[in-house]
Amino acid sequence: MAKYKNHVLVCGGTGCRASQGEEIVYNLNRVIEENGLEQEVQVVRTGCFGFCEKGPVVKMVPDNTFYVQVSPDDAEEIVKEHLVKGRQVERLLYTDPETKKHVSESKNMGFYKKQIRIALRNCGFINPENIDEYIARDGYASLGMAITEMKPEEVIRIIIDSGLRGRGGGGFPTGLKWDITRKVESDQKYVVCNADEGDPGAFMDRSILEGDPHSVLEAMAINGYCTGANQGLIYIRAEYPLAISRLKIAIQQAREYGLLGKDIFGTGFDFDVELRYGAGAFVCGEETSLIHSMEGLRGEPTVKPPFPSESGYKGKPTNVNNVETYANIPVILMKGAKWFSSIGTEKSKGTKVFALAGKVNNVGLIEVPMGTTLREVIFDIGGGIKDGKKFKAVQTGGPSGGCLTEKHLDIPIDYDNLIASGSMMGSGGMIVMDEDDCMVSMAKFYLDFTVEESCGKCAPCRIGNKRLYEMLHKITEGKGTEEDLSNLRNLSNVIKDTSLCGLGQTSPNPVLSTMENFWDEYMAHVKEDKCPAGQCKSLMQYIISEEKCVGCTLCSRVCPVDAITGDKKAPHVINPTTCIKCGACFEKCKFGAISIQ
Amino acid sequence: MDIVQLTIDNKKVVVEKGTTILEAAKTIGVDVPTLCHMKLEDTNFENKPGGCRVCVVEVEGRRNLAPACKTECTEGMMVNTHSVRVVNARRTVMELILSDHPFDCLVCAKSGDCELQSLAQNLGIREIKYTGAKSTYKGDESPAIIRDMDKCIMCRRCETACNEVQTVGVLSAINRGFESVVAPAFEMDLDHSTCTFCGQCVAVCPTGALTERDSSSKVMDAIVNPKKKVIVQTAPAVRAALGEEFGMEAGTLVTGKMVSALRKLGFDYVFDTDFAADLTIMEEGTELLDRLSKHLAGDKEVKLPILTSCCPGWVNFFEHQFPEMIDIPSTAKSPQQMFGAIAKTYFADQLKEKREDVVVVSVMPCLAKKYECSRDEFAVDGDPDVNISISTRELAQMIRNANLNFEALEEDDFDNPLGESTGAAVIFGTTGGVIEAAVRTAYEVHTKKPLERLDFEELRGMEGIRSATIDFDGLPINIGIAHGLGNARKLLEDIKAGKSQFHAIEIMACPGGCIGGGGQPYHHGNMEILKKRQKAIYEEDKGKTLRKSHENPFIQKLYAEFLGEPCGHKSHELLHTHYYDKKKKVEI
Repeated sequence: MAKYKNHVLVCGGTGCRASQGEEIVYNLNRVIEENGLEQEVQVVRTGCFGFCEKGPVVKMVPDNTFYVQVSPDDAEEIVKEHLVKGRQVERLLYTDPETKKHVSESKNMGFYKKQIRIALRNCGFINPENIDEYIARDGYASLGMAITEMKPEEVIRIIIDSGLRGRGGGGFPTGLKWDITRKVESDQKYVVCNADEGDPGAFMDRSILEGDPHSVLEAMAINGYCTGANQGLIYIRAEYPLAISRLKIAIQQAREYGLLGKDIFGTGFDFDVELRYGAGAFVCGEETSLIHSMEGLRGEPTVKPPFPSESGYKGKPTNVNNVETYANIPVILMKGAKWFSSIGTEKSKGTKVFALAGKVNNVGLIEVPMGTTLREVIFDIGGGIKDGKKFKAVQTGGPSGGCLTEKHLDIPIDYDNLIASGSMMGSGGMIVMDEDDCMVSMAKFYLDFTVEESCGKCAPCRIGNKRLYEMLHKITEGKGTEEDLSNLRNLSNVIKDTSLCGLGQTSPNPVLSTMENFWDEYMAHVKEDKCPAGQCKSLMQYIISEEKCVGCTLCSRVCPVDAITGDKKAPHVINPTTCIKCGACFEKCKFGAISIQ
Repeated sequence: MDIVQLTIDNKKVVVEKGTTILEAAKTIGVDVPTLCHMKLEDTNFENKPGGCRVCVVEVEGRRNLAPACKTECTEGMMVNTHSVRVVNARRTVMELILSDHPFDCLVCAKSGDCELQSLAQNLGIREIKYTGAKSTYKGDESPAIIRDMDKCIMCRRCETACNEVQTVGVLSAINRGFESVVAPAFEMDLDHSTCTFCGQCVAVCPTGALTERDSSSKVMDAIVNPKKKVIVQTAPAVRAALGEEFGMEAGTLVTGKMVSALRKLGFDYVFDTDFAADLTIMEEGTELLDRLSKHLAGDKEVKLPILTSCCPGWVNFFEHQFPEMIDIPSTAKSPQQMFGAIAKTYFADQLKEKREDVVVVSVMPCLAKKYECSRDEFAVDGDPDVNISISTRELAQMIRNANLNFEALEEDDFDNPLGESTGAAVIFGTTGGVIEAAVRTAYEVHTKKPLERLDFEELRGMEGIRSATIDFDGLPINIGIAHGLGNARKLLEDIKAGKSQFHAIEIMACPGGCIGGGGQPYHHGNMEILKKRQKAIYEEDKGKTLRKSHENPFIQKLYAEFLGEPCGHKSHELLHTHYYDKKKKVEI
């Protein structure tokens, strides 16, 4: 293996690639070659660094300089200045928003300070397409140890003792699940990885698969050893082409190294992994739906029991875990249950990866110890609310979760606290909202998603969510009544109470939690025909202040529907029936004469 | 046997492990309302997707409500089937289902026979709070079945019937969420799919989403046309079920009243498909003996087992799904088509009418018959042998339209010559009947000895697949019977694999045979009804003086005057058919 003095790590996650990451790699290689450094410097495409807000990210190793928002044109300077002359390119360094000073190392950035990366340990460090780099970071050592030195029960004991709970949303103790599958007698068992990540805005699993696919393969093999399965299946949505291609490479390499396939480590243990593609139905994240989809059937759930651990894929005992859950396994075996359980809260151990999105300054992928507060996540890691606006709410758990408010900010995040607060952990989507976000519209947005994604099997979810959406729409149109609000609440409760699977059992949560926390906002829509956040167009009215208007006519000229009339140098008037509330006049007025009411 | 003890509505219940709450409640007289659930005892039909959520009950310690149809009883379980929470949830779910359903009950074909309607009534739904958009779908009208999916409530019964019971695999849920509906793949029309038109989807549909194509007005048009001689034939299973439409006990034989009603409706001749059933036995029985004797003579080419061919759903099934085996079934036409062929030749000649001036109407327990009579090969110069086929339900509607007091009608007899039949023809209406009829004739023809016993109990019953060996005076004849196409498939797979030991197999597409046909009065999942119809059929057979097809004097006369001999030249021309490879016909 060639030895390089320097490595240039370029984020190769989907987000940074979409921001010309590939061109950066191309240009870096070109300039490195032009400068004759190709023997000394290697450019590596890694997985996601997490700091997506500032992507594309380029990290220089060994000095750990962390360049942000790099463009392909910057390649030349990075090579000539940093690599040739040994001088940092200051303009590409991260600027601390408070001190306004450059920060060159990620560990000193607010975004990274409170993070502990266990599941994401290799993302942004290694080339996910090179198994040697994974092995160099103790990869496959846990598998080797498990199958050569330990009994399945002993491995499961460690997982149970570690306190690891399912990261897909349910939070079921992982070790217990493995143990149940292990105890069911069958000639054939399956290990399934649920990579059907479907929450809007979530990309935790995708990033792990793109950045560290071997950790999942290794964990699945360990699971196979523990449960008595020799076939692994990864159910991944076809919209994740990069993750798929990296997984394919990883599986191929693992087979070549004898880490997948027959007689692994000469122990007689066989295990192999195949991919199964999903068409992107949210409900297929529910394990029985996922299994049906893999079987070629309609992706819809069936009543549990029987649980997949008893009767799953092709009717055989099947252990289904999520990507992030698997990514934790090799480290837990390596460092021990005690180490893992020392992180986190009493009932939720370890860390959780979140896709932090919405109105925060630092959008990105983060991993924090359980017990970190929402305030730390949003304000310390997330850097606070964009444009200095006021924090209003945060939605955790995706469409199944609920919104949490100011009063929940200091609650330590774990499975149980989130549920107690009316939300849930979910798979890790976290969307932050500010004062301009209307909570009724927010609930409507999620219901729109659920209506689309319901499989249609059970009546409450199929029809009930549609009706919830319609009522919310009516309210945002200013046509809602107080009776609608009571119907909304009753219907939400019935849908939760009667739906067949987790999708319907949780889909009204955004409605119920916004009603709980923002009742006044609902009432304002219904009783006063007002949207306090000013987001519901039907309830908005643009008004020109007679005092402030100087009659410059600019507004009337930009109005696309000629709703504004008035003589030159005389106050103008907006005709509310013609106005389409596009906001063009509001943007143009130089005198602040136009306001929204 | 493992047992569990639980409490339902404060009553202790002891049930076998694996029993659902729904079943357990039934044992103490608690009927939890259901909608999507349907179980046909003694068949392999059980539909319980747990989708409608109407049967939810409260289980102590459980976070959400439990569907009674899917939740197994556990030790110590405390169940409440009518708490405020349960009733509110059940009514709300029902309101939701109704909110996405057309409100055209007054003019719906299923009005008064609709499970959704009666459940709404039972729950006392008087207003629907949750109104909104209704889902609408493309209509689909095949010659036999009309699909109005706007009325579909996604109970999935049709899907279970089509896929699991019949293994036809045409219907399945498509689309997502509010747009979800049961349909053939790509929402193609049934006509273009591999649908057999067996009508079992219609038989189990709780609403008006799946109904038969109603041809009764066409029949009335023909009756009032002075130029036309209108002949009606009635299938054996109709008389055992028609009475149910008029509130009579299932299994009441109404042959005489039915004849009387048909005459009052204005048909010129009231004949019996049973006559043609006797004719079928002459042809099919002869074909069986012919193949058998060739086989016994060492002919390796001869195709055995011979399969019956009177069921048009079954014919469609093997044409679509086993086209490589289309030379195995008997070439004899079905009784409906034999009747048409004779009516439009032999009988039209007697009437001195041109065939196109004779209109043959059939009353069938079946929807596939509507398709069958429209097949091109069953027409001469575009004039079909059977012009119109209506179901038992359509006949009942015609009787109601004519304001006839069915129960009060006097009993009447069929006309001759095509109205005379034997007991062997009557039992065509139930599973096992055709082969029993064939055995009665084939035995005597083959052995030239009179049969000592006519009731072949070993061929009767409701088991999906049955078999028996009948001693043909030293020659053991192995008989197989299957009803329900899923069961038929199993026997066919055996034949395909060369494992079949049978000489002859009877196959009926519908569970129970024609008594359970897609055109019969709705059984709403009550299998006792089918059993009572079956009993009635065997009773009618028992009461007949003549019980062997070859003893029917009019059949004998027909051969003497017109056909010559069974499987002879004329018979082949009029009474036999051929089958098509339809595998390639699926269009997407």
